[in-house]
Amino acid sequence: MPALDLVPLLPEVVLAVAALVLLLLGAASERRTRTSETSGEAAAIVTPLVVAALLVAAVLAAVLDKTPGLVLGGHFRFDGFAAVLKVLVLVAAAASLLLVSSYQEDERIDRFEFPLLALFSAIGMSLMVSAESLLGLYMALELQSLPLYVMAAFQRDRLRASEAGLKYFVLGALASGMLLYGCSLVYGFAGTLAFSELAAQFGPGAPQGMPIGVLVGLVFVIAGLAFKLAAVPFHMWTPDVYEGAPTSTTAFLAAAPKLAALGLAVRLLSGPFADWAPQWQQVIVLLAVASMLLGAFAGLVQTNIKRLMAYSGIANIGFALVGVAAGTNEGIEAALVYMIIYIVMVLGAFGCILAMRREGRYVEEIAELAGLSQRRPLMAAALALLMFSLAGIPPLAGFFGKYFVFLAAVRADLVWLAVLGLLASVVAAYYYLRIVKLIYFDPAAEPFEPPAAPGLQIVTALSVVFVLGFVVVPGPVFAAARLAAAALAR
Amino acid sequence: MTAELFVWWMLALVAIASAVMVIAAKNPVHSVLFLILCFFNAAGMFVLIGAEFLAMILVVVYVGAVAVLFLFVVMMLDINFVRLREGFLNYLPVGALVGIVLLAELVLVGTSWALREPSPVLATVEGLDNTRALGSFLYTEHFVVFQIAGLILLVAIIGAIALTLRQRVAVKRQDIARQVHRRPAETVTLVRVETGKGV
Repeated sequence: MPALDLVPLLPEVVLAVAALVLLLLGAASERRTRTSETSGEAAAIVTPLVVAALLVAAVLAAVLDKTPGLVLGGHFRFDGFAAVLKVLVLVAAAASLLLVSSYQEDERIDRFEFPLLALFSAIGMSLMVSAESLLGLYMALELQSLPLYVMAAFQRDRLRASEAGLKYFVLGALASGMLLYGCSLVYGFAGTLAFSELAAQFGPGAPQGMPIGVLVGLVFVIAGLAFKLAAVPFHMWTPDVYEGAPTSTTAFLAAAPKLAALGLAVRLLSGPFADWAPQWQQVIVLLAVASMLLGAFAGLVQTNIKRLMAYSGIANIGFALVGVAAGTNEGIEAALVYMIIYIVMVLGAFGCILAMRREGRYVEEIAELAGLSQRRPLMAAALALLMFSLAGIPPLAGFFGKYFVFLAAVRADLVWLAVLGLLASVVAAYYYLRIVKLIYFDPAAEPFEPPAAPGLQIVTALSVVFVLGFVVVPGPVFAAARLAAAALAR
Repeated sequence: MTAELFVWWMLALVAIASAVMVIAAKNPVHSVLFLILCFFNAAGMFVLIGAEFLAMILVVVYVGAVAVLFLFVVMMLDINFVRLREGFLNYLPVGALVGIVLLAELVLVGTSWALREPSPVLATVEGLDNTRALGSFLYTEHFVVFQIAGLILLVAIIGAIALTLRQRVAVKRQDIARQVHRRPAETVTLVRVETGKGV
């Protein structure tokens, strides 16, 4: 019997206290200094402190005792899986904040609420990956989503940003409704919210079979989660939100929340519903196939690089879901490795996108990258490497992510799924390679301004180092994924 | 017992009558007022069946906040509601039919509920009113989730402020300290105006 206390929730408690203190600090320093719409001084104080709080919480999650423990009330659980994913989402959130602070300043939206909302969202993500009941799952998901809606509309004087925020909010509310409806069905038929009791009711040797109501409820819950993952057919919001929202929000949105949502889906499917794998496998396979194909083909015609990243994200979630669909521990491990590599690559790619600045304003068209290699050879090399890695070309990190996911699918007798995935990644390689071709072989466009922010350069450089070095030192990523997956195995 | 039953029926009848008036009243403001009356009667019925917490919440949340908000919205909107509702009563036969079907279903549900075997799930703790019972459940077992709900509300407030609050720089504001410190000598100038010429 695990202990019931608040200690397993220590990272979140630290983050929540930090959020409240920093809110007051931001409000106080904002009022003193504010002369125009934004003065940026409050944000300049709050942002580094938010990053520090995120990193402290990540360290706490890493050093906490990883023997499984339930939090008071049993709605959350801390174990190896939670620890690994918490560290990853918190570090990813901190890295995205480091990436975007210069963009916030340049676009005059550097109000202190932005890092705070990101912090609240990170608390939600951190809770999501340790959800242990349907109620905890839903509350954590809402705490993660609500700040993201606001952040998408943060550039409130731009019509596109308001549109993106509204679309995201309305569709997100719809997804929450579906998720909640599914939860209520499961609760109605099972009479319990806790994952452990659900597992006991529907596990092997359970007295009752599977009530159809729980199955329908589970499908609704998966649909709600698929929305958060931006998996086809619940992806409609993604391109518009990625393009319309300020690039700072897009960079945040594309990394940590995806990992948290995948972690939540994996925890739900391999926890209480592990013995129903044949049932949910069909749904996940459908999501994976549709996401891979749509992401690959729709990306071909994009001219805006943020829209392209949206379709790339959809395709990549499809690849990660291939690992989940395998339904084995190995598959989960592969999916986690895939997601870790993907979010590192996506952070680096957004580092390059956030450096596309010309004559005082940010440009987003892919064509603007033409001839980058002549003007800015370092940035060109970084972006080209990241694109090669996203396309899955060995020996870069992206190749290994895809390889292990497909291997897991083949071992789980889903050969056709792996083949489809391979074909989709070949199609998607076109749009990644097109960028490389633009950078190296096209006549040079006007030069970009040199990026001033050290945070952006450091994060991008680290991402490139990871992509290059993964083949030499793959151990830590695999060890983390193995630790996480082992905690889920029963 | 008979007195309680009498009160129950009175509350129920008034609730139904005011619910009818909500949709039948021509003036939308009257509709909202009838809605509030309906809420109050429903709250009274909740008290009679021993769910005093629900009654309190109904009055505080629905009457105190939601209905008053409706009232503000209705009073601020400049929509010709009377035109919108023209010919509304033509749909009465169809509406009545649907209503009768729903009523029949409700009666079926109600009778089956009344004749059911007592369920062990609904066991109540002796000597504990339901406000206390709900509270002890909410603040112990669901404490963490309750706190998360608080954080979500805080995010909603921050979001609303971040998206809508505009600090206008060019707007003239009242500065009481400056007003108090003004002297007639700095502000008032006497101008001698010659007759028939203006300033």
